[in-house]
Amino acid sequence: MSGRVFLFGNDIDTDQLAPGQYMKGGIDMLAAHCLEAARPDFASTVKPGDVVVAGTNFGVGSSREQAAEALKHLGVAAVIARSFAGIFYRNAINLGLPVLIANDLGQVEDGDTVDLDLDAGELRLATKDRTIKLEPLPDNLKRMLADGGLVPHLKKRFAEERKRETGQ
Amino acid sequence: MMASTLARKIIARAAGRKSVTPGEVVTAKVDLAMIHDSGGPRRVEPILNDLGVGLWDREKVVLISDHFVPGDTDEGARILELTRQWAKNRKVAFHDGEGICHVVLPERGHLKPGMFVVGGDSHSPTGGAFGAYMFGIGATEMAGVLATGEIWIKVPGTILIEWQNRLADGVTAKDIMLALCGKLGMDGGRYQAVEYTGKAIAALSMQERMTLSNMAAELGAQAGLIAPDATTAAFLRDTGQNAADWSDLHTDSGAELLAHHVFDAATLSPQVAAPHSPANSGPVEDAPETPVDVAYIGACTGAKYEDLRRAAAILRGRKVASGVDLQVAPSSRQDQDRAEAEGIMKVFEDAGAKILPNACGICAGYGTNRLGEDVTCISSTARNFKGRMGAASSKVWLGSPLTVAASAVAGKIADPRDFLSDAGEAS
Repeated sequence: MSGRVFLFGNDIDTDQLAPGQYMKGGIDMLAAHCLEAARPDFASTVKPGDVVVAGTNFGVGSSREQAAEALKHLGVAAVIARSFAGIFYRNAINLGLPVLIANDLGQVEDGDTVDLDLDAGELRLATKDRTIKLEPLPDNLKRMLADGGLVPHLKKRFAEERKRETGQ
Repeated sequence: MMASTLARKIIARAAGRKSVTPGEVVTAKVDLAMIHDSGGPRRVEPILNDLGVGLWDREKVVLISDHFVPGDTDEGARILELTRQWAKNRKVAFHDGEGICHVVLPERGHLKPGMFVVGGDSHSPTGGAFGAYMFGIGATEMAGVLATGEIWIKVPGTILIEWQNRLADGVTAKDIMLALCGKLGMDGGRYQAVEYTGKAIAALSMQERMTLSNMAAELGAQAGLIAPDATTAAFLRDTGQNAADWSDLHTDSGAELLAHHVFDAATLSPQVAAPHSPANSGPVEDAPETPVDVAYIGACTGAKYEDLRRAAAILRGRKVASGVDLQVAPSSRQDQDRAEAEGIMKVFEDAGAKILPNACGICAGYGTNRLGEDVTCISSTARNFKGRMGAASSKVWLGSPLTVAASAVAGKIADPRDFLSDAGEAS
């Protein structure tokens, strides 16, 4: 999957991802204001398949699930950061937004065109002939992400269980 | 056997593994799931319906109503009704109006050392005081747990927090936590496991330990553990449980730690945290002259039996300053009954306090007595974020129940140690 890098710094918090004053407006409105404090043109220019790259402690703040949901709603393919706040990390995976840790993000620049390979755990910088290693996700979380998050993952699992039971 | 931490031992057992390594993701079986009226039935039932399944094991689910109790708004009354109906339909253990979930759960004998427990509330780390690995999750994840009995967890490292020596008179677990929030910051826990240890911790009662574990949430930790000991065993005996072999439920010497912080309890002053963060903390004697309008003794971290007893020792024979509204919301009915029997509730009434229901109340932002515009409040609760307890212009200071009681009498933020000498001791 090919996309463009949107680069952010450290401590991007849940209020920047899902601003409190728009919480009552639903996910469309929240997504339209996602990250506007750090970058006013983010929501209007990000396209499905693009990748958010950030520093440490991404998603710090409240436990609101909408912080991850807003990025997913905009079509962001993954967030790659040096580290994540714990509750955001859980919420993102459970909502089907890939979150990946990379220890070395040197040379990644804003606007770079990248290929993201979740299976291989690699981010390839197309124009620089360089590959960033991503910390591998365990298989169970990979499956959950591939299914679109916890609820669709469980739906699939229960459907398979029912099929097995009725098949026997 | 490699040296391991308490957190890793509990998670390994729940995951059916011999051992686990920090950073790896495992799927663990949940021993108990606690939900309340706010994040519980009204949020999880639609997801369970969507999934087309029921509860994985109704005997491992405990429902407690505390957020919308006493149902003094139309919305609150409606949600409580929905909660009660759900408890009936789903046939789960239900504690209705008996107090705040984090206090009621252990008080009614649901927690045991070594358990792996999830709660639908951010202060769920409270269960760590009993040597259980307990943490808070959102409604979507809770629905997943209720449907399957399982949850994934990234195995945490352990940050050991050691308090040497003994706390001085008038200094409490709340003061320890406010000091830690200031020293380590609200992300100092890094979503890892915090474990409290040392002589000062060993000397604390279970209710005081619950305050430490509860506020691991304010440190940004996933869990706040204390290894079980004789104090734990005595509490469990009192709640009708049998002691078991907990000899392995501790962090081995030589186990790999993320950090080991050491502090001196003997030199700790009562702490207050200025608006709008628990991390804005410092010794009460350094606080600026601050008149208060409301003094609030409430919440899971500030109005348990022992909190009430020690606050009452300051209020006995004294009156609340004119113009100050002292509100007392005992954490649970059982704690209030005990305080009543010992004459403690009478001390509050005689001092001029208003007694509120056994519920989360304004700490969770609910109910009809939220703080008004520009009100200054000193509170025994866990967090003082802007607008949480009322108007955005209200200013909430945090302190121990003793500091709140002293401030109510003085009419301004006051050092509880100044009120102890003639009252004997309040520890």
